[in-house]
Amino acid sequence: MKKHQFDVIVIGAGGAGLMAALYASKTANTAVISKLYPTRSHTGTAQGGVGAALGNEEEDHWEWHTFDSVKGSDYLGDQDAIEFMCYEAVQAVYELEHYGLPFSRTSEGKIAQRPFGGHTNNVTGKPVRRACYAADRTGHMILQTLYQQCLKNNVNFFDEFQVVDLLVVNGAAAGVVAIELGTSELHVFHAKSVILATGGHGRVWDITSNAYAYTGDGIAISMRRGVPMEDMEFFQFHPTGIYKLGILITEGVRGEGGVLINGKGERFMERYAPRVKDLASRDVISRAMYLEIKAGNGINGQNYLYLDVRPETVNKYAALDGRKRLDGTPYTMTGEEIIAKLPDIVDFARTYLGVDPVAQPMPVQPTAHYTMGGIPTNRFGEAVIDEKNTVMPGLYAAGEVACVSVHGANRLGTNSLLDLIVFGKHAGLRAAEFALGADFQPLPADPTEFTRAQFDAIRNAQGNEKILEVSSKMKAIMMDCVGMFRTGEGMQSALETVRELRERYKHIPLHDQGKIFNTEMINLWELGNLLEIAEVVTVSALARQESRGAHARDDYPKRDDVNWLKHTLSWVKPNGEIVLGYKPVVITKYQPMERVY
Amino acid sequence: MQVTVKVFRFNPEKDKKPHYETYKLEAEPTDRILDMLEYIKGYFDGTLSFRRSCAHGICGSDAMRINGRNYLACKALLKDLHTNKITVEPILGLRVIKDLIVDMEQFFAHYRSVMPYFINDEPTPPQERLQSIEERERFDDTTKCILCACCTTSCPIFWASDQYVGPAAIIAAHRFIFDSRDKAAADRLRILNDQFGVYRCHTVFNCTECCPREIEITQAIGEVKAAIITGRLD
Repeated sequence: MKKHQFDVIVIGAGGAGLMAALYASKTANTAVISKLYPTRSHTGTAQGGVGAALGNEEEDHWEWHTFDSVKGSDYLGDQDAIEFMCYEAVQAVYELEHYGLPFSRTSEGKIAQRPFGGHTNNVTGKPVRRACYAADRTGHMILQTLYQQCLKNNVNFFDEFQVVDLLVVNGAAAGVVAIELGTSELHVFHAKSVILATGGHGRVWDITSNAYAYTGDGIAISMRRGVPMEDMEFFQFHPTGIYKLGILITEGVRGEGGVLINGKGERFMERYAPRVKDLASRDVISRAMYLEIKAGNGINGQNYLYLDVRPETVNKYAALDGRKRLDGTPYTMTGEEIIAKLPDIVDFARTYLGVDPVAQPMPVQPTAHYTMGGIPTNRFGEAVIDEKNTVMPGLYAAGEVACVSVHGANRLGTNSLLDLIVFGKHAGLRAAEFALGADFQPLPADPTEFTRAQFDAIRNAQGNEKILEVSSKMKAIMMDCVGMFRTGEGMQSALETVRELRERYKHIPLHDQGKIFNTEMINLWELGNLLEIAEVVTVSALARQESRGAHARDDYPKRDDVNWLKHTLSWVKPNGEIVLGYKPVVITKYQPMERVY
Repeated sequence: MQVTVKVFRFNPEKDKKPHYETYKLEAEPTDRILDMLEYIKGYFDGTLSFRRSCAHGICGSDAMRINGRNYLACKALLKDLHTNKITVEPILGLRVIKDLIVDMEQFFAHYRSVMPYFINDEPTPPQERLQSIEERERFDDTTKCILCACCTTSCPIFWASDQYVGPAAIIAAHRFIFDSRDKAAADRLRILNDQFGVYRCHTVFNCTECCPREIEITQAIGEVKAAIITGRLD
């Protein structure tokens, strides 16, 4: 076992982790621990843009962005946190530009912006250009830029180290235990501040845009140490995943004028969201697609629809919508412009679908995409661990692993990248400030005891279950019963299945007993995280007897503000029992209204 | 269709030298090579080790040598290989740690050596620095790089000497050298003017041919060479 000591350790090297590290390292001795090389992190796959009311292309205000996010959240987001994020957004995006991020540009040389779902001019209700983009690889450019700046600032990196336990002493974070993947050696990182920035857990579901690495590690390790989770029932399905594979096709395609078409050739979103149509919120569109498919309106009656961005289609519907360019002339697109603005999408479609999107429509279906719930935090990234928002000293979370809550029941497109940079930065600042004024907690007498117990169980498991069978059964039942549409009955059966699978999991034998890059052992540990999270998601969802944002129930089809305008908290007790509690939503000036697009 | 997958295997804890294992499985023409490796690991041999994450060609984890050419395993589809006999090996020129996993440290050390970060110490404006669409376009191609190492490990010059900085590092430098906002082009050009720098490139074009991001790598290297000679950045 090796020991290390830092003021601040950051777990995860995506956008939130690197932003936190960049800021914490200005004043505190900081290290980043990541199971992947930092540039492999999932932030890199974000495509369409980062939301900020710069007003570079047309009138916009951070207050409009705030309202759109509140409405998008189906009023479950905390309004003080959303105001903070949308106000800070403008400076945060300029800051990225100052770090060298190669944003696409307007003809005036400013940062280019495009329309995205749910972002509107609050006066006219029409879509507004708010998503600041770098072609269709905005997340890639954010990840690269932040990693580069961390290198410039000599941040310490422990690449390919899997963090497997959070050390909690005297009710405060004291560090983490990690496995060095190349050797299986255990490392204890003793720290005053621990920032979790480990991302989401979309690998719980079958069709997903999420990376293999997205296994909810930060949530799992902190749940096991008594930290509650917030709003775990809310998980976003993005409308446009590549058929069967789930690979993301950015909302930017629709921002640039692409439309969804059903098997009858109809632009069906006109019926579900008459004002903004294909640029409604993601939950609204994914549900509409599900209903179209269920009604037999899939392409050739199958379970997919078309996303059509052929120039003739874009130009036809832009004319029908009366869409104009900034100079007032009619909005049109050529094939060359589509390729220039969406090069990666064109590449994905050609590679994985064998379809040239300039000439043919793309088969798409909704795909599990984003974790709205997670570790409860305040807007400074401090973990808050009860109904009264009591801060747990030394523990921070930022990005997708955290629940501030700025996304509530449904996140708006472009707000994930924004969340990373705003809350990553503030978590880093606050963690460093705390570390400079605090002493180290003592380490436990045997800091790796719990880790060894977990991995001994994995190494010594007896039986003939198979990892792929257990994981595929979990993904399938979660997709069917705890996905876009839910019922009490379905979720109950999912809960029983997940509990059975957790038993079967214990009987998956480990074939690789070696120490060097034992990826089978790590994959098994990750599956354990996913199963535990699937159970918490299902228990949280089963309890919420209403429909709100991404949580849509056939048996409770309406939003119920009287009983359910509140955040779920879930604790996993040492005996495995899941206990739920609730805390109020922070409302500043936006009273809940009916949500119409 | 039935596919035969021959995989390079090496476990330093057990094997004195590498060998190949052959697996037969059913696959669809649209399956990724990565899907087959996952299947082999899940059903035939859990000890098979490789890196992967996003599985759609963006994270750059799973660069491998497939039927003799570098690909990302998640971006190589069975149908694109035009055969049902597949050989998968680690990328060349870097030390094999286990099976398809190589030691990336030398690769990233070269990357770090070219100052791959934005440098401009002038006071920042209250809003963004302005950059024209044309200025932004000048270095667009090289911003796509995902550091997968397909290019560097397909380069025979790098195979001959791992001291050569390699195409990926030159691409990283190019991205900043030609960015109108950056102020450290001269420093990077000086670094790449080294004996193991840009002149080691003999325009073999392997890098360009296998780049999963379709970056015009050889052309970008040529532009860096020209900038060193002329002292101009146009």
